[in-house]
Amino acid sequence: MELVFEKSRAGRGGQNLPPLDVPETVIPEEFARVSAPRLPEMAEVDISRHYTELAKRTHGVNDGFYPLGSCTMKYNPRINEEAAALPGFTKLHPLQPVHTVQGALDVLYLAEQYLAEITGMDRFTFQPSAGAHGEYAGLLLIRAYHKDRGELEQRKKIIVPDSAHGTNPASAVMAGFTVVNIPSLDNGCVDLEALRAACGEDTAGLMLTNPNTVGIFDENILDITRIVHEAGGLVYYDGANLNAVMGVARPGDMGFDVVHLNLHKTFSTPHGGGGPGSGPVGCKEFLAPFLPRPSVAESTDGELAFLDMPKSIGKVRSFYGNFLVVVKALTYMMTLGAEGIREAAQNAVLNANYMASRLSDLYPMAREKGVMHEFVITLEKLHKEKGVSALDVAKGLLDNGIHPPTMYFPLIVHEALMVEPTETESKDSLDEAIAIFRKVYEQAAADPESMHEMPLHTPVRRLDEVGAARNPRLKYEF
Amino acid sequence: MASYVPSTKEERQAMLSAVGVEKAEDLFAHISPEVLLTEPLDIPAGMSLLEAGRRMEEMAAKNRVFSQIFRGAGAYNHYVPAQVRYITSKEEFLTSYTPYQAEISQGVLQSIFEYQTMICELTGMDVSNASVYDGATAAAEAVAMCRERKRDTALVSELMHPDTLEVIGTYCEANGMKVELIPEKDGVTDLEKMKAMMSETTACVLVSQPNFYGRLEDAAALGAAAHEGGAKYIVSVNPISLGILKPPAEYGADIAVGEGQPLGMPLSFGGPYLGFMAATKQMMRKLPGRIVGQTEDVDGRRAFVLTLQAREQHIRREKASSNICSNQALCAMTAAVYLTVMGPEGLAETARQCMSKAHYAAAALEKAGCMLKYKGEYFHEFVTTAPIPASRLMAALEEKGILGGLPLSEDEILWCVTEVSTRADIDRLAAAVTEAVKTETASGASGDPNAEADSEPASEVRKAEEEVRA
Repeated sequence: MELVFEKSRAGRGGQNLPPLDVPETVIPEEFARVSAPRLPEMAEVDISRHYTELAKRTHGVNDGFYPLGSCTMKYNPRINEEAAALPGFTKLHPLQPVHTVQGALDVLYLAEQYLAEITGMDRFTFQPSAGAHGEYAGLLLIRAYHKDRGELEQRKKIIVPDSAHGTNPASAVMAGFTVVNIPSLDNGCVDLEALRAACGEDTAGLMLTNPNTVGIFDENILDITRIVHEAGGLVYYDGANLNAVMGVARPGDMGFDVVHLNLHKTFSTPHGGGGPGSGPVGCKEFLAPFLPRPSVAESTDGELAFLDMPKSIGKVRSFYGNFLVVVKALTYMMTLGAEGIREAAQNAVLNANYMASRLSDLYPMAREKGVMHEFVITLEKLHKEKGVSALDVAKGLLDNGIHPPTMYFPLIVHEALMVEPTETESKDSLDEAIAIFRKVYEQAAADPESMHEMPLHTPVRRLDEVGAARNPRLKYEF
Repeated sequence: MASYVPSTKEERQAMLSAVGVEKAEDLFAHISPEVLLTEPLDIPAGMSLLEAGRRMEEMAAKNRVFSQIFRGAGAYNHYVPAQVRYITSKEEFLTSYTPYQAEISQGVLQSIFEYQTMICELTGMDVSNASVYDGATAAAEAVAMCRERKRDTALVSELMHPDTLEVIGTYCEANGMKVELIPEKDGVTDLEKMKAMMSETTACVLVSQPNFYGRLEDAAALGAAAHEGGAKYIVSVNPISLGILKPPAEYGADIAVGEGQPLGMPLSFGGPYLGFMAATKQMMRKLPGRIVGQTEDVDGRRAFVLTLQAREQHIRREKASSNICSNQALCAMTAAVYLTVMGPEGLAETARQCMSKAHYAAAALEKAGCMLKYKGEYFHEFVTTAPIPASRLMAALEEKGILGGLPLSEDEILWCVTEVSTRADIDRLAAAVTEAVKTETASGASGDPNAEADSEPASEVRKAEEEVRA
């Protein structure tokens, strides 16, 4: 399809503003732009059609099953959107006097209380704008803690299991730490011996996802957090997989000191094609003084106010974070309540187990027992015997209207496909998906060659990604 | 209680049986009882959709929406054409993930490619990324891009937005880069002082155009001085101003960043906003975050894909150029739709009206006793003196439904005027200021410490500045 620039015609487009009603101030030549930016010139109807065409070439949660592991692509309730579109929220300037934004502070205050209870933490900040940003802010808390105790120079190492998300080590480096990778067991769980060997006086902390990226709840979690604490380190909870355990178990009770959550995963705010998300960070009381400032608290007159915090790590972004995303997540938590949150986790785990049980005779599972909200398939055998890779199977799913699972992750599983159905799929849609997964596998076994051609029925077919990277064309050439 | 679990009770039971357990709790039986919750969470019971909707409406109604806003300071009240929200609310855009599966994500990918092109057009730069969280993190990431082995110091104008200064401080404290603030002189960055501060360890010079006071910097001279010292030059720009102001590439920027909120995003109490980043081709591979490139599919059709991923965390892990994963994709699309709806002439007209109305307002406010603090060029923000203590002036304006400028102290106010204000609005503002001054003079009040209506934002701004200085 054409680019917006190719649809542009000089002189087309409407007038959106009234005529200037004050004397014009002419910009001095030394500051003035000489040639106009080549922005599109289009009529309203053509703009609408352009984006409708783009929408048709985009697969969202509402277009079909979206079992993208680790991303929790659950349904995004419309009431969340309606709440976030209220003018009482959208038209607020971030620097309005606090007595005029009490409702907005209510949102932040309430959302903090909900999340603190759900995670077993004491305080939260909403400044981080995405999961990775939350990791970064959380690690800065750990850094500030050691600095405050005069041990930062000595404690510079963050331990990261090799099953972790790539953001974990990247965030640790940005936060000024060095990364110690430790091997995981086959099921993605922490190798206690490796952990003990890695822990020492130079340990700043451990980053852990639980359930881990193979979808398994680490049975030794209390031992793990104890070992790190005994070495003087802190334990960080990557909340990417909280959907499996919310209302069932809490990171705070497992011994974690800091968590980040992904409101755009677990708490149903949409992903928006890659953001805006929100990555609030929670911590135990002893880390609260270091949180990004300001925090929201009740002031003496009963109103809510922003509190400055002298020991704060400072801001990690402007103002108070992706506020409207917090509005959406709060709406979700209020509608679900204590029981609904638990029900969501239970059904997320049930759906994953059900799907795994109906596929495990064909698709080898990286781990059969203890599956939580997602399961990991390994296609190593299929690849070796038939030359059909995880990528081929993923592309085969595309032709059947399913968004493929996460591919080639976690790194410790070869030819991995990571499937996370979420709780918002019915048995019917799971059965349909199961049938498609089976059909694709059978085709792969019967006619492996045909798999390399897939997809055949998508708007475009397989892309030359190597060419894109070798010869970068990153903008339209006019 | 609302529920988004579609399976019926019977279906759930059937699935439990298929899995070989009796009840949902059994699915968690392998978890140590020590960490399993024995009590329900201590949060309110779930609400019906009707109740939840009403509760959110109540909270929204507790906020005061000002019909007249003359405050900017990093968040700008612009006209947002209806099309912008309608298009960006399309479910496909709203509910999709990062476009990893290019074959069924061409819509999002093409929209980002178009966005990148528009950011390059606005800034004059060679390449743009797909966005970062906001203007402050864009600046902090840009500073980190410039670090070289022997060059580890960033010279940052103190006339950046205070939150940007603070975020840079936070990022650099962690990554070990040094930050030195370039002082201001007469409301602009002090070029002579900046030159004196340059050294062999200077990695970059960062300024804002227009700066926090709204003033236009001698951006070319600052850039030339930065390059002369072998440092990179980063400029944080207001995207609306680029409708009429010189693009940063023309005065030598190696990296252009900025807060994209003015491009179609509502004020939203500070977010979601949009950080844009564009750079020269030489710095392309140091850019953080997603980048979309053009390629072809096996049938030779033009197509788009996430590219240059060798920079990114999921490939490089601890060696990545940044940890960023989710960015602000839908906000980037918002900016692209806004720029398409406005077109080149609409953007220029918006910028012209902002600048002209700000100058009209400055003259009107001067007549009301608020004297311009600095002589010299400015875009749509300006600093004046406060004829009466700023907090009391703001309280008086508030009574008339006006959100006045941001008090920088009790003596100084940072005003902002955009295209949405009419001449009549500005005249009313000036009249309200005049009246407040008159009332104050008549009552003879002075230094009343009760009137603290506006103290928080202002003190926050000051604290941020002190923080970075310290």
